[in-house]
Amino acid sequence: MSHSNAYIVGFAGAVCIICSIFVAGSAVALKDRQEANKVLDRQKNVLAVAGKLPDNATPDAVAQAFETNIRARVVDLQSGEYVEDVDPATFDQRSMRDDPATSHAAPAGNAAKVLRLPNEGLIYQVVDGDKVEMVILPVEGKGLWSTLYGFVALDDDMNTIQGLTFYEHAETPGLGGEVDNPRWKALWVGREVFDKSGEPAIEVIKGQAGPADSDPHRVDGLSGATLTSRGVSALMQFWMGDDGWGPYIDRMQKGGA
Amino acid sequence: MVMQTKDLKVLTDPLFENNPIALQVLGVCSALAVTTKMETAIVMSIALTVVTAFSNMAVSLIRNKVPSSIRIITQLVIIASLVIITDQILKAFLFDISKQLSVFVGLIITNCIVMGRAEGFAMQNPPGRSFLDGIGNGLGYSVVLLSVASIRELFGSGSLFGITLLKPVTEGGWYTPNGLMVLAPGAFFIIGLGIWALRTWKPEQVEED
Repeated sequence: MSHSNAYIVGFAGAVCIICSIFVAGSAVALKDRQEANKVLDRQKNVLAVAGKLPDNATPDAVAQAFETNIRARVVDLQSGEYVEDVDPATFDQRSMRDDPATSHAAPAGNAAKVLRLPNEGLIYQVVDGDKVEMVILPVEGKGLWSTLYGFVALDDDMNTIQGLTFYEHAETPGLGGEVDNPRWKALWVGREVFDKSGEPAIEVIKGQAGPADSDPHRVDGLSGATLTSRGVSALMQFWMGDDGWGPYIDRMQKGGA
Repeated sequence: MVMQTKDLKVLTDPLFENNPIALQVLGVCSALAVTTKMETAIVMSIALTVVTAFSNMAVSLIRNKVPSSIRIITQLVIIASLVIITDQILKAFLFDISKQLSVFVGLIITNCIVMGRAEGFAMQNPPGRSFLDGIGNGLGYSVVLLSVASIRELFGSGSLFGITLLKPVTEGGWYTPNGLMVLAPGAFFIIGLGIWALRTWKPEQVEED
């Protein structure tokens, strides 16, 4: 069966148009639902790291708990000051990081393998009325296969860790993927980020660390996942240091709010 | 509707007689990637079955109109569109699972089963039967995926569908999870052993030297 060129071009065009109608139609029709899912997922993770996630995590309960407990703030990374003229609800830290106009290069060769830093970042505060009880800082860095994206919850002393969770990564399930294991995440609670000189000292070691009160700066390594463990150490030290949230943490420790 | 025996055969043959993974050795790549857990394996199986069925039907509908010089790319456009729609639906309704499946839903596009059935079956057969062939091959893929996933999840994580059956040492139990099972090579061994078992059961599947 042979066809004229015009028929072939026409046929190809028709197939493309029909398929694009279906694809575009589904993307537009489902967009609201997908956006709602993303927001809900983020809220769940923020609440989980703060230990405020309701047992019965229906979308309404999550939104309600988020509304009453959490306040989102946009912070200038380098000055540590709040940015008031940006709406946290629509703030997208990742697209800011990827846009050269709103980001700056991270120090070359940093251990967390962060390449670019957004000028401004989105943090969350766990509030009781007007009192800030906890601060939740986003962190990211390379593990073995993937970039780990997570949240660290710090007590109001800006030193004691209240929780750590990674909401996005693609580490090996069962090995590096054990960063999701609740038992391992529980080991972080009560550890301290900074040593006496004020430098970030928290690290994931090989083997077992002592209890939080006698061995506050070290966390058990993940067995079989040396590179993921190292990545977690590096990203914690990077984001708690001067290039990450250091300026903001300093300002908070000096009594800012 | 009375199903003709031929139609029924189209539907059931791919399960064991002519299994796309075990006999045709197609679509192994995703079978390695999404079988560490039952939950992801099931969603992947359903997604692939739906895509294969509908792409077969669509390709079959236009089989007499499509110019042979551009038939492969036409099939690909149809398959790609269906996969994108599937991915959008997963993101809207099964967000957590779609996060775990990540790129692998998108990779259904390159899954040889879909393309292979479109070119090998749907181009020569009417839409209804092509649809059944798609379902059958999707189910054949699912049988392998689910059996591999059940072995890998049970021995790799000590659970099935996320419910702990063998309590791992890391959670204070007695079971030391088998690290090989959670890594891709584990699936290679299981699929290999599975093909061996199937060919011992049905010796006519063994290729001649």
